[in-house]
Amino acid sequence: MDSAIDVLSWILLALGGGFVFVGGLGALRLPNFYTRMHAASLTDSMASILILVGIMLQAGWSLAAIKLLAILAFLLLTGPTASYALANSALLSGLKPGNSADESTEN
Amino acid sequence: MYYIVSIAILITMALALTRALLGPSVYDRVLAVNMFGTKTTLLLSVIAFLYGRPDFLDLALTYALINFIGVLAVLEFFQSRSIRRANNRVDGS
Amino acid sequence: MVILFAVFLLTLLVLTAVAIVRTENLFVAVMLTGIFSLLMAANFFVLDAADVALTEAAIGAGITTVLFLGALALTAEHEKSVSSGRWLSMGVVIVTTLVLIYATFDKPRLGDPQAPVHLHVAPWYLEQTPEIIGIPNVVTAVLGSFRGYDTLGEVFVVFTACIGVLFILSGRRGRHLPSNGMASSSTDQGLRHHLIPRVVGRLLIPFIVLFGFYVQFHGEYGPGGGFQAGAIVAAGIILYALLEGETQALKAVPRPALMGMIIGGAMLYGAVGIAGIALGGNFLDYSVLADNPVTGQQIGILLIELGVGIAVCGALLSIFHAFAAREPS
Repeated sequence: MDSAIDVLSWILLALGGGFVFVGGLGALRLPNFYTRMHAASLTDSMASILILVGIMLQAGWSLAAIKLLAILAFLLLTGPTASYALANSALLSGLKPGNSADESTEN
Repeated sequence: MYYIVSIAILITMALALTRALLGPSVYDRVLAVNMFGTKTTLLLSVIAFLYGRPDFLDLALTYALINFIGVLAVLEFFQSRSIRRANNRVDGS
Repeated sequence: MVILFAVFLLTLLVLTAVAIVRTENLFVAVMLTGIFSLLMAANFFVLDAADVALTEAAIGAGITTVLFLGALALTAEHEKSVSSGRWLSMGVVIVTTLVLIYATFDKPRLGDPQAPVHLHVAPWYLEQTPEIIGIPNVVTAVLGSFRGYDTLGEVFVVFTACIGVLFILSGRRGRHLPSNGMASSSTDQGLRHHLIPRVVGRLLIPFIVLFGFYVQFHGEYGPGGGFQAGAIVAAGIILYALLEGETQALKAVPRPALMGMIIGGAMLYGAVGIAGIALGGNFLDYSVLADNPVTGQQIGILLIELGVGIAVCGALLSIFHAFAAREPS
């Protein structure tokens, strides 16, 4: 039973690490601000769920698990809100979605 | 196992820093700082377990809350700046 | 492995510092300063200094960014270029750097068990704290009791700094923009028109303040204490001011209350010291505060941490309101 929890926790942590790296790579390489925001919010939500649940499985039933649950809840509550507020602010100040370099490939 | 995850998070922090240095518009930089903050939270949680000191999770919780306040402060700054610019344009014309 | 983490984080720190100095857009510099403080907190954490990391997290990333942005709203956004004296300042910096690096050759290595601090100072504190004070967090014991004078000085430095800032910034309050339809003060509205951040923020503010109280009273058992707690509670109220507007926040915690908090916190600390004299001991001697000296020490540390927390919270909020109340000219 312990080793099953360990294996599950390893899988979750590995997947979480993969998502974090992919999100970071996307934030660097994607062409436009709004597309980069998609990549960055990937790291906020999916990666943090996987990593924190993976650590929670290792912690067992203890105060640390409750604190991790609280961290996860706050990250999931504030991450999308910050992304929304940022995208809204960017749109209102005139940053246009879409990339002028993409128009040549649309036809 | 924790080592691999923490190395992945550290590399992502470096990528976010690159975006903050490069980003052509200010919003790219704010995005990078927000991403950096959440990555720091995750890194602190992972390292707290790596060191076997789970009572250090208070720091990660603090960061999760403070990061949000920082981003909202930036957005309020933008909003007041655009209102001020609109006022100046109205006054000047 | 710790060395690998620390070297990586320090490299990022150097890159960020170079970028902060080289950029001319001050807004970019403020953002990068936020990243700098996050990196510093991660560094402190990797070096196992949890109390300092918590303080850096609470003050550096949240409150300092807010204050810098408030200052930036009142001044220009681009740095004026410096024309003269560049080579001289570069020379001074290089000479100072070389002298500092030369001075570190004499330092003992990190974690060296034969270093003098690990042979004389640290074992004394680690042995005496359970006997004399009896709390698990040795950092709070040293900060609050063994080195109580230093912390008294720190509280009064915070007090003095706050008074100084209020003298400078409150002088020209009340210059209003010429009134037309849109000119209601922009910090007055806050993010009022954005529904989602407002709702989420309102959900979070009670938790932030509650967490601040937790950190305050938990400082004797884990990382925490007065400075961190004051900063976290101030951050919660600053979030309220950002979302609902500054006048609403001033209705919630009015200015006399802020002044009362600053003065009351510093005076509480001093009062505990004088109570020590009144009950027969020395200044800031907590052992005489109760029948059992260990209980007296614990009561003393609790009270002074409360004083520190109240003073820091009041000071940060006053400085924030002083920035936000000035109309940009």
